[in-house]
Amino acid sequence: MGLEASILADGRRLHLHEGPIDLIIEAIGPGRQDAYDLAVGRFRGLLQELVHELPELRLAADRDRLFHGPVARRMQQAVIPMLATFVTPMAAVAGAVADEILAAMDDQGGIEKIIVNNGGDVAFYLTPGQSIEAAIGADRVGKIVVTERHHSRGVATSGWQGRSHSLGIADAVTVVATNAAGADAAATLIANAVDLPGHPAITRIPARHMAPDSDLGDRLVTEYVGPLSERDVCDALDGGEQFASALIDRNVIAGALLMLQGQFRQVGSPVLIPEHTGDRAYG
Amino acid sequence: MSAGEKVRCDACPVMCYVAEGRAGACDRYANEKGKIIRCDPLTILDQTLEKGGEVVPFLKSTWDGRVVAGRDVFVTAVGAGTTYPDYKPAPFIVSRDLGGVDFVTVVTEAIYSYCGVKIKIDTDRHLGHEGATVRAFGEAVGHIMTSEYGSQMLSLGGVDHLTGGSRAEGDTTCKTLMDLCNKRPVELTIDGGTSVIVEAGQAPIVDGQQEHRMRVGCGSATIGMFASQWLGLVDEVVVVDDHITGVVSEHQAGKVLGWQPTGIKILGRRSTPGRYFRVAEPGLGWGGTDIEDPLVILGPWNAKKGARPGLSLLMVSTTGEQFSYYVLDDNLVPLLQDLPEHLRASVDLISENCEPSLCTVLFMAGAGGSLRSGATRNPVKLTRSVQKKNTRVTCGGAPAYIWPGGGITLMVDVADMPDNSFGYVPTPAIVAPLEFTVARGDYLDLGGHQQSVRSIDDVIASGGEYGDSMRTIAPPVGVPKRPK
Repeated sequence: MGLEASILADGRRLHLHEGPIDLIIEAIGPGRQDAYDLAVGRFRGLLQELVHELPELRLAADRDRLFHGPVARRMQQAVIPMLATFVTPMAAVAGAVADEILAAMDDQGGIEKIIVNNGGDVAFYLTPGQSIEAAIGADRVGKIVVTERHHSRGVATSGWQGRSHSLGIADAVTVVATNAAGADAAATLIANAVDLPGHPAITRIPARHMAPDSDLGDRLVTEYVGPLSERDVCDALDGGEQFASALIDRNVIAGALLMLQGQFRQVGSPVLIPEHTGDRAYG
Repeated sequence: MSAGEKVRCDACPVMCYVAEGRAGACDRYANEKGKIIRCDPLTILDQTLEKGGEVVPFLKSTWDGRVVAGRDVFVTAVGAGTTYPDYKPAPFIVSRDLGGVDFVTVVTEAIYSYCGVKIKIDTDRHLGHEGATVRAFGEAVGHIMTSEYGSQMLSLGGVDHLTGGSRAEGDTTCKTLMDLCNKRPVELTIDGGTSVIVEAGQAPIVDGQQEHRMRVGCGSATIGMFASQWLGLVDEVVVVDDHITGVVSEHQAGKVLGWQPTGIKILGRRSTPGRYFRVAEPGLGWGGTDIEDPLVILGPWNAKKGARPGLSLLMVSTTGEQFSYYVLDDNLVPLLQDLPEHLRASVDLISENCEPSLCTVLFMAGAGGSLRSGATRNPVKLTRSVQKKNTRVTCGGAPAYIWPGGGITLMVDVADMPDNSFGYVPTPAIVAPLEFTVARGDYLDLGGHQQSVRSIDDVIASGGEYGDSMRTIAPPVGVPKRPK
């Protein structure tokens, strides 16, 4: 198994795959093909670069640790504003890969807009007048629109049912930030902060049992969340909202949308545009 | 839970250690009994992506590689989920843009929604063919089951609709089930059939027309029941019915009473004397047929077999809701007349013998899974106790019927339950109250949590574990919602 690169059947988008990385990339504009060539060129060898520094990337982040690979450096940079909480650079890996590929493409002329989507952690490039729209939440509670005038160029989502393990119970936390790596790390930590420690409806398991080389080691990750009372959901979201608000105050992220069992919170910007007006009885 | 035998995967440079029964970081390779195997579902995921198609969440109870797919897909970012408890479903890749939206932020959910409703709709009208798809808001949420005597059965929900199809199908199914169970009206449409508004405990509304009564029996049965009451009051009676249309002068019930032949001709397939199949197509007209003018089922009257000017004819539907009275003119053509008073009583009697049409909604679910561990440390003992009827199962206080055989598969009439007993979790899955009632001694015998047993007085005085407001009602709904 090596690198795989193919244009999807829509004739527009590029799919890059190697190991655990899947990227769906769309560039809009006459320079598309050249931009895709640049993306493939940068993707080649990227996983190997990361793997070289993987043991250190799985350790608790340390301000003084130096990384060599550009993706590893992006990961480190993303988590440094969050060192007050336990975090490893791996919290930003998906977003950092998306950022790195985007950076390789966005110098290409003749491009109006690029979206690099790494399994839901997304980096994008916008020229004046362009914007991206992202549907929010499995329940399609609404959408957000990020325009060229916003400074944010990354959106990422994390939750306990997601691909990487969570210490919290959020169904989904979507973060908008300057870049995808920052959004990725923040979404991970905000989702961790949505929690009800000791609640009997939540089952947890040491991360190592799920994945022996997990960066979370013996920390208990969420295996299952049963139905919670409205009050409990509210309490859990309070924790996440506080954490997110602090990141916004410090200009680490632009905004966050937090979802848990039908309840929903938003802090910062951009604001959610609800999908449904009026009574959508089941959330 | 133990980490089991971990194996190093060499499929890519990451070289994950993969625990037994788990997948590596890629979710493409997994450790099955100490061997690294490729997960079939993700193979399909790859192919789907390569074809530019949508990624479908699939249902997989074992490692058999069977994938539930091939439905319309609405949501674009979904991933690999399995019901095998050790496997976390994984979110995957955005693969289709959607109404101008560039991508969807989705975290996939665990699949555990074994529930649905069985609905009995009292109507003679033909709602649709057996097996036809039933939709709500355009999404498939179930199918037509059998026709019962005077009723049609629907099965809605179930794990395939909740979690085996598209996100929209699952959400719509969840909303439909919740609304029906909470005794709210829901409009359903049937492929190749009608629309019907169903509300537990209320009459169905079929294609905008409210039903009132169930038929007393098929046309033939109606003849059998009322032949003697018509004798001497009218020369001929036809009971129009989608199933079996009855003709009193030809019917055995008429014969034994000495009814005279009338020379009537029914345009339909004769089954036995006085009983006709398929006089018309199914529909919303007389007796569940598509007939608006009942004369269309009659051929020319035959004078040689008894037709004569002045002969009187009552045509009536199986519910008595439609009726017409005719007298043959000199050319043996039936002319519509007012129903004579002396016949009105017999038509009213048909109506009186019809029960009110209702929609009945039974919630059906499997309660034999992990939720049992909330009640006992040894879940199978609870199952057996339920099966032996030592433990009574109720839903919001309403008695539940427990299916024989394995597990705890229950059915309960939502009409017996408190209003708004049902909620949901975004999986989507339905949340419903459930109580196991057992004698204290038996409870401890079956491994119950002794330290958790409290008196009702104590519960009322000091509240439940999650605060002092006691309620069985699931999380309310709507977004955003935040008490401040």
